[in-house]
Amino acid sequence: MQSQQRAFVNPLRSAEDRRLPRIADPSALVIFGVTGDLSRKKLMPAVYDLANRGLLPPGFALVGFARREWADQDFARVVHDAVQEHARTEFREEVWEQLLEGIRFVSGDFDSDEAFGRLKTTLGELDRERGTCGNHAFYLSIPPSGFEPVMRQLKRHGLAEQVPGSWHRVVIEKPFGHDLESARELDAVVSQLFKPQEVFRIDHYLGKETVQNILAMRFANQLFEPLWNNNHVSHVEITMAEDIGIAGRAGYFDGIGIARDVMQNHLLQLLALAAMEEPTNFDAAQLRTEKQKVLAAARVPADLARHTARGQYAPGWQGGKEVRGYRQEEGVPDDSRTETFAAMRVDIDNRRWAGVPFYLRTGKRMPRRVTEVALSFKRPPHLPFTATDTADLGTNALVLRIQPDEGVTLRFGAKVPGTQMEIRDVSMDFGYGGSFTESSPEAYERLILDVLLGEPPLFPLQEEVELSWRILDPVLEHWAELPEQPEQYAPGTWGPRSADEMLARDGLAWRRP
Amino acid sequence: MLIELHDTTSRDISTALTKAHRGAGASGLVLTLVIATDDRHFDDAIEAAKASAYAHPSRVIVVTNSPDEAEPKMDARIETGDGLPGDLITLTLHGGLRAHAGTVLLPLLLPDSPTVVWWPHEGPADLAGDPIGRLATRRITDASGCADPQHALVMRARHHRPGDTDLTWTRLTRWRALLVAAVEQVGAPIVGGRVVSAPDNAPATLLATWLGSRLGVPVERVDGPGVGVNEVTLQTEAGDIVIRRHEEMTAEYLVPGRPARTVALRRRPLTDLLTEELQRLDADEVFEQTVASLLERQGGQ
Repeated sequence: MQSQQRAFVNPLRSAEDRRLPRIADPSALVIFGVTGDLSRKKLMPAVYDLANRGLLPPGFALVGFARREWADQDFARVVHDAVQEHARTEFREEVWEQLLEGIRFVSGDFDSDEAFGRLKTTLGELDRERGTCGNHAFYLSIPPSGFEPVMRQLKRHGLAEQVPGSWHRVVIEKPFGHDLESARELDAVVSQLFKPQEVFRIDHYLGKETVQNILAMRFANQLFEPLWNNNHVSHVEITMAEDIGIAGRAGYFDGIGIARDVMQNHLLQLLALAAMEEPTNFDAAQLRTEKQKVLAAARVPADLARHTARGQYAPGWQGGKEVRGYRQEEGVPDDSRTETFAAMRVDIDNRRWAGVPFYLRTGKRMPRRVTEVALSFKRPPHLPFTATDTADLGTNALVLRIQPDEGVTLRFGAKVPGTQMEIRDVSMDFGYGGSFTESSPEAYERLILDVLLGEPPLFPLQEEVELSWRILDPVLEHWAELPEQPEQYAPGTWGPRSADEMLARDGLAWRRP
Repeated sequence: MLIELHDTTSRDISTALTKAHRGAGASGLVLTLVIATDDRHFDDAIEAAKASAYAHPSRVIVVTNSPDEAEPKMDARIETGDGLPGDLITLTLHGGLRAHAGTVLLPLLLPDSPTVVWWPHEGPADLAGDPIGRLATRRITDASGCADPQHALVMRARHHRPGDTDLTWTRLTRWRALLVAAVEQVGAPIVGGRVVSAPDNAPATLLATWLGSRLGVPVERVDGPGVGVNEVTLQTEAGDIVIRRHEEMTAEYLVPGRPARTVALRRRPLTDLLTEELQRLDADEVFEQTVASLLERQGGQ
């Protein structure tokens, strides 16, 4: 039966038939930490949206695992409410009915053998009643400290045993460790049970859509590639700013800091995508090869005091509201040395980028929420205008806007109409939201679908995670050795003075996103 | 903003559009969708076009014919902004102006982007030869919207050119996706099939043709009590695959060796159909093969 199945060619399937969506195999998605915010706001709605788009298999099952004493119906109620509140597509009773049939809840702790025993029974029942065929995906929406016990329990109860003809996959979320060493330990725990291609590391800031948009923009056009190097680009700024503080997440955030939280993953991933060479094709493996190459060539400067900056937001007024400083946040000790703003210079040692500094910055309580990659171009070698004509002219810039309002901005000089000759910067905008759809699938939808289809993920494998830590570790060590607390910066501003000084030393200034 | 122009020209419409955009141009619009209809009831078509403009921001131009007046002239109604993702222009052609619709439309098409023509009801026999159809990269018809759907479908097949498509085919996407997934799960050769549908249902004819031509086995079409496609059965060596729709909403999904399951399978609203059509603007080879096969069968009868 098994070998026959493999040799079978589906006569209805045709490569030319691009209307047909790929529907995943019948399978069960088990969510650990299902009572969390992320699960309610993102995962459950994404599952519903997939069902609504007709992309989930008949016989799909959703199993929640958490400490609450819930019955299946209670959990279904929670999913129902989460879907109604947060789903992106219209609520349809018949789609909900289809999902409802496969919703189960298992109550228990991560160290309870009895609970994992019940999880196994539940999955066994689903395999029979819903035909999920032993295909199980485990989504770990839990802190890293929970990975080890969950993995141990999955192993003890034989929940991840390889059975021919079925699959097991696992999804983990950032942070992938807090330095190179811990990242390796974490990987050792996960890879005991799962093969590299069965592990999906999600970075929700950098959904697959966004990654593909950047790749298409860079490699589907003749226009940009000739400029994309040190002949024309003077420097690159990668910014990820949040306008909120730590929002009650002191327990998670304090002691970790923003560099570990987002620089290691989002900012270095953006750097890799913006700086990598053209992959031979868009297979996940080829893409990873190029990203790894560029990350391996990236390093921070030797003099870290001159080329990094860190800060902590002070109490003050932001956007018309009085806000607390970081050290006044609940659960944060007054002597905290955790940074809420981080900036650093990264140099890439290859032919394309030698001499082009990449400046990475990220912070909380910034003026607005924005993520972007901005390439600034060199000044023209000669300007046939007088100095006063071009007094207001900056350099050309190409900005990949990642969030919000994903798109591309091109800044160039134009004559101010009606003047004799006065040249000023103007910008040309493209927005994905305007030209294509607001109903485009959300990052989690793509991820869950990729997991269920077994599509090789565009998300980083362990190697990339380790390379990123290798870049960041020296900076973290340098900061840990500094005697003082991070510099205070007023909330609602673009960071501490040291960040401005850091760029001024290179003869530059940050752009205002 | 709503602008009404009576006894007007394409030039005046262009000027009005530029003024309405305040010089910003039609930036961000990705295609021009021309809706050609002689029917007086095209509200549902406009609603569908407006809704799918959220997925594909477009300039929508509705061209209607008012043959009752002797004098050839054109009236226009322009809507922009106010929650509308693109422009909506309704042109009423009086007298014999329909014959010159090509030069009426040409100045109004967005530069350098695809043009799609959609005939929600009856369309001309030869789409690509029609004065409006000639402007388009993609021509969408709807056999189910015609007085004689079966005849319209054969007509489409006979005059098919790359870029032509029919919503009859779009209505089947979800059915086809479920069937493909079911066949994959069973993994056994298929020996026969049956499509049960309302009498005279054009999508059912097309579905049976597609199954027959892909599988190389006889697939019969049988009358059933429900609307649209009621049920599809594929006989395999391992048992029958059955997808049976209930109350136009859900379907029973039976695959040999697996428990019976329910799937959502509603009749798709016009907006969904149009949005799917606008997603890909290249030729649909599978549709082409299927209508070719339909013609062969019709010829053989």
